[in-house]
Amino acid sequence: VTDRFKALFEPRGVLVAGASTHPGKFGFVSLHNILACGYQGKVFATNRDGAEVLGIQSVADIDDLPDGEIDLVFVCTPASTNPDVLRACAKKGITAAFIASAGYGEAGEEGLAAQADLVALADELGILLAGPNGQGVVSPPVRLCAQIVGPFPPAGHIGIASQSGNFVSSFENYAQLTGVGVSRAVSAGNAAAVTVPDYLEYYADDPETRVALAYVESVGDGRTFVERLRAVAERKPVRVFDGAARQAGVSRAATVEEGFEVAATFASQPLPRGNRVVVVTTVGGWGVVAADAIAGTDLELAPLADDLTAAIDGLLPPRWSRNNPVDMAGGETRDTVPEIMRLAAQHPGVDAVILLGMGIQSNEAKLMREGPFWPDHGLERIVAFHERQDARYAEAAAEVSDTTGKPVLMATELAVTSPDNPGPAGVRATGRLCYPSANRAVTALDHLWRRARWLDRRGLL
Amino acid sequence: MPTLSEADSKELLATFGVPFPTERVVSTAAAAVEAAGEIGYPVVVKLGGDRIAHKTERDFVRLGLGSAEQVRGAADDLLAAATPDDGAVHLLVAPMLQATRELIAGLHDDSQFGMTVMLGVGGILAEAVADVSFRLVPITRVDAEEMIDDLALQALLGPFRGEPAVDRAAVADVLLGLSSAAEQRADIASADLNPLLVVDGRPVAVDALVEVRS
Repeated sequence: VTDRFKALFEPRGVLVAGASTHPGKFGFVSLHNILACGYQGKVFATNRDGAEVLGIQSVADIDDLPDGEIDLVFVCTPASTNPDVLRACAKKGITAAFIASAGYGEAGEEGLAAQADLVALADELGILLAGPNGQGVVSPPVRLCAQIVGPFPPAGHIGIASQSGNFVSSFENYAQLTGVGVSRAVSAGNAAAVTVPDYLEYYADDPETRVALAYVESVGDGRTFVERLRAVAERKPVRVFDGAARQAGVSRAATVEEGFEVAATFASQPLPRGNRVVVVTTVGGWGVVAADAIAGTDLELAPLADDLTAAIDGLLPPRWSRNNPVDMAGGETRDTVPEIMRLAAQHPGVDAVILLGMGIQSNEAKLMREGPFWPDHGLERIVAFHERQDARYAEAAAEVSDTTGKPVLMATELAVTSPDNPGPAGVRATGRLCYPSANRAVTALDHLWRRARWLDRRGLL
Repeated sequence: MPTLSEADSKELLATFGVPFPTERVVSTAAAAVEAAGEIGYPVVVKLGGDRIAHKTERDFVRLGLGSAEQVRGAADDLLAAATPDDGAVHLLVAPMLQATRELIAGLHDDSQFGMTVMLGVGGILAEAVADVSFRLVPITRVDAEEMIDDLALQALLGPFRGEPAVDRAAVADVLLGLSSAAEQRADIASADLNPLLVVDGRPVAVDALVEVRS
């Protein structure tokens, strides 16, 4: 069965059954996306009239295709013809089918019967049956985009499985926005044969996948669902909406953004060993909000140890908060922010660091760069300095996290309002998420801590 | 679904380690007075029987009885209030425990998830507070501890109005006992410990109702 999942996610060749010359049809769009996104395997197509589509010479009959070169068929043909399509595909050695066609379980009694027949047939033929009535499958590490909608997300380590295609798109959109990428994404469609837990079980052992992100509306047999998710959760973090239990070690998110951001955090930050957080901020207000957010979670603000306070005293003018949140009160110079992050993260009494206020100077720099005085009056020099500083903060945060093995999260609304700002852009360049607010960073970190604790209490860490 | 009497419910769950107060089951007012003398005043007297599931609604519970006379009077009233439909009845004599904190715990059969263990904040505001946590049977000790952590009203579990903090390990024992009962007795359809009083920091179930599959 693992081989058949490999055929779905890393096929040697792909066939679009029912390729169309009409650019509005699934049979055109799916072929377009496969060809346009850089898939390196061979691509074949069938079309009733044997027409050429997007430069691919299709065949009218699957029997005319080569043997043993195709692993995956993307099926856009009408439901009534699909049994024949599957039989012909099996003869060519195809072991995975994604059925985009509608007219099955969602279409009344007759559709349900056709769906049951198709499942039985695929089983008999040894074909993994994904869908039907799904929007497709993407596998960015092999640049496969076999889906009937955009976008094609960047490659990364989040494995997505969803009972709703729209959620797959939402998560892919966030991956594109944030740069924290996707290993696999599949819309389960009617999930006639392969269900969300099946995909998650594959992700649990998939080396490309570090975290599984799922959207689940109904679970059928709840007990079996939870038991299977638990087995997955012992190996990979799983993010699920609606209903799965804490007992199974599955974190549950309340919103789409939270689901994606927490998954992206699992994919890009180490697990904390404890819940003590230091918040570092350039100005007071954000620190207060972050502290309030922390108070509502299982995290806690680390009391600042005397040695840490003394070390920071050496870096900042006396007006700094001398407390956690570490409010630098605008007293930072060239190297202060990276040094404070490092001191905090290295301290044995600290398990994670959140940095707020990055990108402010670059935001001013943008005004200068776009204003009427550019580049005179010394603007060019100061703009370059500010932009370099914000980029450095992002690099330093990544470096500190890597060397200490502790999460270091950065938050600023500029991630959304001005994504090209060197601060958030720099965070993206390190493969990490720049959180749009302190609260969202705190929420993500809280999920990370609760997973660490779940694993630790069960001797799995 | 048939229910066990309070006395039988308690006997069943006590074998799985659920803590109950010392109680006596008697059949006459005179025996109730004798039992009360041995337990020590004040006491509670309740009318029980296999067909009596909702004692409070039918006013079959008499609290805070401080003397032999009060016990005799209450016992006579209760025995007289039983109807032929109630079948065989008895009197249950128990100490009147003082507690400012109440929890609830139980077993429920969920249509999607099967048997679950429940822990919640009890008392007259329980429904409005709706502070409950569920896990699927069977649970581990870590699961039981996390159920206690799940409750939002953590302040209620710490030192409270001169009483010590709730003994979390003892509460976990109750939950583990319920889980074992569900595992070993497939005929249990549901169980309710309501209230599970916190007396000197330790949980004591003063009422129990077990539903069994026929």
